[in-house]
Amino acid sequence: MTRKGRRLTLIAAAVAVIGVAIGLALFAFRDGVVFFVTPSELAAKTAEMRPNARMRIGGLVLPGSVQKADERHVTFAITDNQTEVKVTYTGLLPDLFREGQGVVAEGQLINGVFRADSVLAKHDEKYMPREVADSLKQQGVWNDGSGKQEKK
Amino acid sequence: MIVEIGHYALVLALALAIVQGLAPLIGAIRRDAPLMAMAQPAAVMQFLLIGLSFAALTHSYVTSDFSVVNVFENSHSLKPMIYKISGVWGNHEGSMLLWVLILALFGATVAVFSRGMPDDLRALVLAVQSWISAAFLLFVLLTSNPFARLNPAPLEGRDLNPLLQDPGLAIHPPLLYIGYVGFSITFSFAAAALISGRIDAAWARYIRPWTLGAWVFLTLGIAMGSYWAYYTLGWGGFWFWDPVENASLMPWLAGTALLHSAAVMEKRDALKIWTIFLAILAFSLSLLGTFLVRSGVLTSVHSFASDPQRGVFILAILVFFIGGSLALFAFRASALKPGGIFAPVSREGALVLNNLLLTTSCATVFIGTLYPLALEAVTDEKISVGAPFFNLTFGPLFIPIILAMPIGQMLAWKRGDLLGAAQRLVLACVLGVAGMVVLYALRGGSVVPAILAGLAVYLTIGSFTEIYGRVRGAKDASSLVARALGLPRSAWGTAIAHAGVGLTLFGLAATGWGVERIVSAKINEPIAVGPYEVVVTDIAPRDGSNYKDLVAHTQIREGGRVVAEMDPSRRSFTTRTMVRTEAGIVTLGLGQVYMNIADVRIDGAIDLRLYWKPYVALIWLGALVMSLGGLLSMADRRLRIGIAKRAATRVQTAAAE
Repeated sequence: MTRKGRRLTLIAAAVAVIGVAIGLALFAFRDGVVFFVTPSELAAKTAEMRPNARMRIGGLVLPGSVQKADERHVTFAITDNQTEVKVTYTGLLPDLFREGQGVVAEGQLINGVFRADSVLAKHDEKYMPREVADSLKQQGVWNDGSGKQEKK
Repeated sequence: MIVEIGHYALVLALALAIVQGLAPLIGAIRRDAPLMAMAQPAAVMQFLLIGLSFAALTHSYVTSDFSVVNVFENSHSLKPMIYKISGVWGNHEGSMLLWVLILALFGATVAVFSRGMPDDLRALVLAVQSWISAAFLLFVLLTSNPFARLNPAPLEGRDLNPLLQDPGLAIHPPLLYIGYVGFSITFSFAAAALISGRIDAAWARYIRPWTLGAWVFLTLGIAMGSYWAYYTLGWGGFWFWDPVENASLMPWLAGTALLHSAAVMEKRDALKIWTIFLAILAFSLSLLGTFLVRSGVLTSVHSFASDPQRGVFILAILVFFIGGSLALFAFRASALKPGGIFAPVSREGALVLNNLLLTTSCATVFIGTLYPLALEAVTDEKISVGAPFFNLTFGPLFIPIILAMPIGQMLAWKRGDLLGAAQRLVLACVLGVAGMVVLYALRGGSVVPAILAGLAVYLTIGSFTEIYGRVRGAKDASSLVARALGLPRSAWGTAIAHAGVGLTLFGLAATGWGVERIVSAKINEPIAVGPYEVVVTDIAPRDGSNYKDLVAHTQIREGGRVVAEMDPSRRSFTTRTMVRTEAGIVTLGLGQVYMNIADVRIDGAIDLRLYWKPYVALIWLGALVMSLGGLLSMADRRLRIGIAKRAATRVQTAAAE
């Protein structure tokens, strides 16, 4: 095969593979992408969202809102100190899940209740989900616990 | 005092790196032998200086010298010794010091083991390597000095993040860094080839051991990190498509492509420009990974405390090296002569297909990883691209790779026989399909795991078909063994590494047959999981040096007989007041029982999470097998440094006669 022929084969193969990849990526972006919202944004945007769209919401666990129906069915509320969203979750909560602490829940909003299928808690000051840290900082309720003074 | 010596050694190393970056470069351009000869001793000396500096920091950790800020923030006098040592790289400053140490180590090994190489090539490689080294030394000294002092010195340190106090994490960063940074050498070789404008099959032979070495360590490092996530993070997942994981996967994909295209270049003198490009790409992605992980753009256990100044600095380094090398590539690549021609159906053709698919899948990972960052920068909208995206894009691109792997091995160079290859693979295909049917019948459930497992069977068996073909004609057993051992080690390396991919794939497929149970159990109450029964027999506290454990002593029974015991626990770290679950994991056959305790309630019941994961160990065993294949291939005589020189001298003597 000539050099030109070889090059044409190669280009055809490359175009095919890249085309397939672009197609897959565009297809996957429709469903594989999850938006991060705060409770206020969620309340404001509910109307314009696709029904049952997956999203992540982040904020603080509202103190006093955690209720365990039985061992594994938990409901709690996530708040950004303006709006709160009721969340239901089935499963074990992470070790660091506490009232008043930062949390990110991923799942779907169904009839006004957020049904979470995963809950991430802030690990410690430094390893908090960044989205939560940012939105808390914006609202001025960021409690900077990473100060230099030694905790004893 | 020792701390100051360490700091000073680092400054000296920087000065030396600048000299080593300039003198041999000028020497190579002017063909000045003494200037070029400076490169080797400088590279070795630079490594020794950075080594001294690293030793000094390690010393401060081991002796718990809390007058050093870095030690104070990340260590504790009661921490077990292994974590005092691993604490050296369990923080930003120390891990960057490890980074430059490994960079210098690679420079020094090139300097020592490059006797067969042309002087100007060696000088250029070491000069480029030293540029990278100088940039990162400057970064460490200006923005991340691990030797900063604290006055007055505190009495006790703040301890290492508990998640990082783990034997797996003690070795994960060094392995991963050797892999990441190992691609700096191939990058330097590529830049040297572009500067000198000369590149030939010998060049591909020089870089092959380095590429293989970096690839082996990167494979091990990724596998180690994944196993760590599996047993520490506590929900039994081993790969989350987290940006930090993707940051290590991208150089691995590019490096795998490089490995294969360098093989084409070495054998057939083709794909030169593409190989150079991949060498640049692999290291650029390593740099990108370092940037993503170290700059604080992403928050995870890896980013430690983030500081925007550092991010900007690493970004500058990134732009300089990637931009510079790509500019060099754009100007000089056209000067390189294109190589031999081959038919599309040939070993070369198969390797080109492999490269095409690997780089495209690498591109999808790249898009999925960086798109959220780009979107947030532009529109302020926050999204996360999770597993569904990658499963949908990366998965379909990887399946043709798996189908093509055994076929490619079977095709001859230059012009292959597709039909012949397919005929020889009939056995592998039949077994693969049979595997699919049998596993689907036995396991039921979704059809996807059975299909993937069947593919894995096909790949694992297909990988050895070529070797089988080569030894088949032997008359008796002893000549069969002799033939098998006589095959080049790189042939074995290929077969074993490919089979490793098959094993990993089988492990991944088998996750579809796993069982997950979240239950609340009383003491001595049996819980069924998969083929086993799990019984918590006792809950008791236990003291560790800088933590307290609450241990659930657990038995695993099969048909009433105790087959294994495990001790999952909740571990509270006193200094950081942080709790971490320690999973109990028992390997039975190739599967694992995995258990986490969440809470002990007042009535004595324990909330726990239980998994039965059949064949899960294959995921990491497969990675080990891949690395073994890589090591075997490295040990191939043909690739040993010095062989090329002997061949060259033979040509010279022949010419003289």
